[in-house]
This record gives sequence, structure tokens and C-alpha cells, in this order.
Amino acid sequence: MSKRFVKVYPRFERLWHWTQVLLIFVLMFTGLRVSGVHALIPFGPAVMLHTIAALTLLVVWIFATFWLFTTGTWRQFLPKVEGMLATARYYAYGIFKGEEPPYQKQMLRKHNPLQAATYFGLKWFVFPAIWVSGIIYLTYNFWDSGSDSTFVLEVVRNIHLLAAYVIFAFVIVHVYLLTTGHGFREHVKPMVTGYDCIELTPEQEAYLETNEPGRLKPVTPAE
Amino acid sequence: MHAKRTITAFASLAFSLTLGLSASVAFAQEVIPPVPGEGSTADHSKFKILQQEFKSGPEVTAACLSCHTEADDQVMHSIHFQWEFDNPATGQTLGKSKVINAFCGNVVGNEPRCTSCHAGYGWDDMHSEPPQQSNAVDCLVCHDQSGQYTKLATGAGHPPLGDIPGQPVSGKTITGADAWAVDLMKAAQSVGMPTRENCGQCHFYGGGGDNVKHGDLSSALYDPDIHTDVHMSKDGANMVCSDCHTEESHSWAGSRYLLDAKDTIGTGEPGEHRFSATCESCHGTEPHPVNLMGIKLNDHTDKVACQTCHIPEFARGGIATKTKWDWSTAGRLNEAGQPIAEHNFTQSDGQELHTYLTIKGDFEWGENVTPYYAWFNGAVEYTLPEEEIDPSQVVEINKLLGTPDGADSRIWPFKRMVGRQSYDAGYNKLAYSHVWGPTTDTAFWTNYDWGKAIEAGMRAAGSDYSGEYGFIDTYMYWPITHMVAPAAEAMDCVECHAEDGRLVGLAGVVMPGTNPNSIVGRLGQLLVLLSALGVIGHGLLRLISRGKGGTH
Repeated sequence: MSKRFVKVYPRFERLWHWTQVLLIFVLMFTGLRVSGVHALIPFGPAVMLHTIAALTLLVVWIFATFWLFTTGTWRQFLPKVEGMLATARYYAYGIFKGEEPPYQKQMLRKHNPLQAATYFGLKWFVFPAIWVSGIIYLTYNFWDSGSDSTFVLEVVRNIHLLAAYVIFAFVIVHVYLLTTGHGFREHVKPMVTGYDCIELTPEQEAYLETNEPGRLKPVTPAE
Repeated sequence: MHAKRTITAFASLAFSLTLGLSASVAFAQEVIPPVPGEGSTADHSKFKILQQEFKSGPEVTAACLSCHTEADDQVMHSIHFQWEFDNPATGQTLGKSKVINAFCGNVVGNEPRCTSCHAGYGWDDMHSEPPQQSNAVDCLVCHDQSGQYTKLATGAGHPPLGDIPGQPVSGKTITGADAWAVDLMKAAQSVGMPTRENCGQCHFYGGGGDNVKHGDLSSALYDPDIHTDVHMSKDGANMVCSDCHTEESHSWAGSRYLLDAKDTIGTGEPGEHRFSATCESCHGTEPHPVNLMGIKLNDHTDKVACQTCHIPEFARGGIATKTKWDWSTAGRLNEAGQPIAEHNFTQSDGQELHTYLTIKGDFEWGENVTPYYAWFNGAVEYTLPEEEIDPSQVVEINKLLGTPDGADSRIWPFKRMVGRQSYDAGYNKLAYSHVWGPTTDTAFWTNYDWGKAIEAGMRAAGSDYSGEYGFIDTYMYWPITHMVAPAAEAMDCVECHAEDGRLVGLAGVVMPGTNPNSIVGRLGQLLVLLSALGVIGHGLLRLISRGKGGTH
């Protein structure tokens, strides 16, 4: 077993991630404006910006979904019960004692069990909730059929609102967790450069050296 | 037409010169002879029958009818002449001859004054139908283009006349100006299609003065700037009333008794004549451009009337409207026993408007007034004179029909007139009052005695009177549909999409931005707050415990 710098985030995934960051930020900012929480920009432009950002994000998601399934990366997001308790215990207790995290990034498993579960919930429930409710909200005039529709729209609006706040909360925790472990810079860096320090089995290392040398950074003396 | 051709010629001349094409210059310099008869094939000044010294309005009408053989019959079928309207939506019979309003009250008993605006001559008794002889129709009030025809304020529809046309005569006109002798021949020879000046003579002065009644119909519309009315301004479309209020046989589309509150037809088929005065009949049902903003605005048209956004305020253009009329205080005299007039409202043009008159009571005025908004399906239900009312409540003189979110309703802007007016305290119904009558000893404006005025009013109307009267608070609603602002001055989203927005309290519509602290909103904010507190707490604990244990 040796630690090597391996390209774990291909260019598409990095682009996907940062586009999402930008769009979700725009959506949160304009969404809060539209729902009346702040008034930093005028209402009309906020609605239009929100719509543009949402439609763009939907297109990005369509590409990402396609990518996830064709590359098999979707498996990364499957939750696993195994190790979850240990991870939870670490963040609730061990981290303060300076313990080692019970989970190490592996080549085929980028997320710890808690992360995987979180992303599973986001991708299967919260994200669909927000974009499905968003599309229904946006296309109101195509399905509006009188007084019942107002009630339906009110429900849809609240689902959208709640999902948005859940994503807001996720963003807070997500950004905070980057500060744990090796620190913020070290955590953000792989998502910028694509390379992360990964524990490789000799077989994996040999495979990469032979077949995908581009994904491996050469071992430097300092390392 | 002629002016337009001249401009075109100049424009093409300039264009040709720029290009330096001499052939085009020669073409453009050709003199185009003017086409005679603007908008008509007849020059009425050439008709022999109109070249006579007319002695009265009806004489002119008789001359008109010698060619326009069916005009009298058509006019007599219209609400302008009948002052009666059978409302199919409610089954009520409405019209000036039937209702009691929140302004001057009732016509009956006050005829020659109130019927001065009748589109006919000599209707001086509400107990009988309007005069039926064919020359009782007043053609000139709508068709005069000489600008000097008018009606006497107390003449049951007749114009002020005298020996020398143009010279002052006693009395006032229906617009409140000092009367002059009308030149009937000049008027008869000038006739043309109605302009804003024609309709405005009556409709701008309803309720006894400029803009008193409607709020969106004032003398400002004779020649409005573009900010006051984009349609009627010379800098805008320079439209006249009948451009929207389309006509069929002297009957006009558009009535506040029953209007088309939600026009789903729009412009109709190409070339189709629509008997409708809606915005949609010209602008279509999806009037905004197809872009990100326009699509969203078009989405609003199912629930929000065009007027709601495009007429942000009424009584614009410098003429105030009466917003409150309290009859109950009328009759106060000064120490010398003389009637009082107080003027405590200054209009933007500096004019002082009355806020108390002994004959009429207390008033409030408003300029650039924010409308009152309500769901409206276009029909109003009147509190008719014989209906029982609850004097402990504010009585709605004309209740707005329509249901929140109803398929036939939209959110409309209104002038909500606040009134305090007399009622029969024994029978709990609206009271008729006899206010005008210089020669009677019962008319309120002459004697300042409510008891006598109401008794006389009830008697004139043939209505049972208990002998007791009191005053009730009333609301009367006037749909706002004129004084459309240029598109750039339409209401901003935030006027409604805000916590203290204009539509607060209106059910049946989902309005983002009006309630950021709804239950779900609060729940979400709590979640975000807890997350923030959680990570702050977690981070602090990590800081405190730092240094113990390993590097990770």
C-alpha cells in the first residue's frame, strides 16, 4: 500500500461541481429575494435570474446524470450502512480527541459512509423535490384549472421552499466540513486540480502505472 | 391625413437628398393635392338644411334626421337615452333613472338639474319615460365639432340660447362654466365623429364637478400628457373614447354596470369587429413580448386585470377626485345664517377645492390615488332603493361580484368612494332626497332641512317613508380603467410582491414575496439556523480540543 496523488475528479466532474456551486449560489440568493427574505436586488430581475439559473442547472444536471450512469460513477453515491456509526461517532466525538478519521479515501470510494448517505438523500429526494416543484411552479399557467390550482400551487411552492432551505443547510455543513481533517485548502484543492492523495493497493498502483499513467502524479522525493 | 402626407413628403425628400438621387427628388417635390373631407365623404356645411338659424336643439335634430333617418330610433334604444339597464348577470334593473348612488343620490325629484346631461331634450319627469318624439334626441352633444355647443346645467338637456351667439347668458353649463348662447347653426354644420371633448362634457363632470365621480375620467383627458394617459395623449395614440368603446347602432361597448372583466377572446379573427371595450380586444390575450419577462407577465393575465398593473394610480394629470362625501354634516350655517364654503384641499395646479359646503356636507379629495383592489367578474349588484339594509354595517351601494380565483374573475383596481348618506331609519332602506329645486320649500339646497328634503324625495319617488331618517356609511366602487400609463411606468413587481404589498389580504392567489415568514419559511430558516449553530459549535469544540491526539 502506498499513497499516491491520483486524479480522482475528471475535468467534467470538476466543471459540474463548480457550475453547480455558482448556480446554487445564484438560486439561493435570488430565491430568498423572491420569497421576500431580503430586498438586495429588485424583484423582477430576481425572478428572471432565478429562472435562467434554474434552467441552466437543469441542463447541467441532465449532462451530469448521463455522465454518472455511463461512467458508473453513480455507484459512488450509493449509501452503505457499514461504517456509518463509526463515522458518526468520529464527527461527534473522536474529532475533538484528535483521533484519526475511521475512513480513508479510496480510489473507488471517494465518500465516507455519511457523505454517501447525504448525497444519496440529496440526489434522490431533495434535488428532485426542488426541480420537480420548480418546474411545476414555473409552468403554472399550463396546468392551471381554476380554484383548486391555487391550493396545489401553494403546496408546490412550500415544497420548493422547504427543499431550498434543506439545500441551504447542506451548503453550510458541506463548506464547514471542508475545514476538518487536512483543512480547507487541502479539501478544496482536489476539486480544482482533480488530484487527491489516495491509498493505493499495489495492484491499483501497477494498473494505473501501466494503463492510466496520466492519472498518477510521479512520486517526488519530497513526497 | 393631409399633415401626414406632408410629413411623408418631407421625410422622403430628406432621404432622397441624402442619397443624392435626383430622380427621387423630382418625385418627392411633386405637389400632392389635399384630399377633401377628413374622415368623411360629406361636408355638412354644404347642406342647405343646415344653413338656417336654428331656434332650438330639437330643430337641429329634425334637420339631422332628414338624412340620418334611423338615428333617433337607434339613440332612443341606448342607455345614453333610456338611463335604464337590465343587468342579465343579476336580474336587476339599473341605470341613472333607477339607482341611488353615493354622490348626488337620486335623479327623481331633481330632474331638470340631473337630466341636464341626458342625451336628449326636455326629460323633466322621471315618472314618465324619456320624451319619445324623434327630435328629442340630442345629436349635437356627441357630434358637435365646433367646440361651442353645450348644455345648460338646469335645462333638462337643452343648450343655453340667446339672441347673440357666443354672448354670456344666465346660468351655468354642465361643466360648471358660466353659460353662453350656443350658435346652433355653427354647431350643426361642424358635426363629425365624437371626440374626447364631446364625451367629456358629461362623463368628466359626473357627480357635480371635474373628476368627482370616476377618478379616472377628468378634464385632464381633453389633452393629457403621455404620462397621464398613453392612449389619449397626442404624444401617444391620440385615441378618442369611441376607439375603445366601439359602437353598434348608437350603442356603446363598455359599461361599469356589466363589464368584461376577463376577456379570453382577445383580438378575435382578422378583421373581426368586436363589440368590446377590453384591453385585450386590441392588445390580445398575451400582450407582453415573448421574452423571459414577458412570458412571466403573460402568466399574470389569468388573475390580474391589465388595469391593475398599468394604472398604478388614478386621478392623475392634475385633477383630484372626491374620495369621501359626508352628507350628514350638510346644512350648517354661519352666525349670520348664511351657507358656508370651506376650501382646505389644494390641487396640484394650485386650485383650492371645497372640503365643506352647506349644501353638500364634508368632502375629502385625492390626487394620484392608489386604487382599492378586489376580485371582480364584471358585474355589480346594487343596493336598490327598496332593499332592506343593515344600518350598523357599511352599506355597499354597488357590491362587486366575483369570487377569489373564480374562473370568470380577475383582480381589478377600483376607486372606493366613501360615503355617508341618508336612509329611512324606520324601514331601513336608502332614502331618496330632494336636493335641487330653487322654487320649492322642500329642496335641501334651498332650505337646508333634511326632514323636508327626504320626505319630498320619498314622495317624488313614490316610496313609502317611515318619517324617520338617519345617515349610514357607504362604499361605492368605480372600476378604474382609464389613465393607462406608458408601459415603462407600469407598476413594479414589488408593489404587490412585498410583505406590505398592495394585494395584502386578497385570497385566492399565490404571491411570492408577500410572506417570507410563513410556517414553512420559518421551518426552513430554523433548519438553516440550526445548521449554522451546529457547525459553529462543532468548530469551537474543535478549536478548544485542538492539540490533543493525532494530526487528522
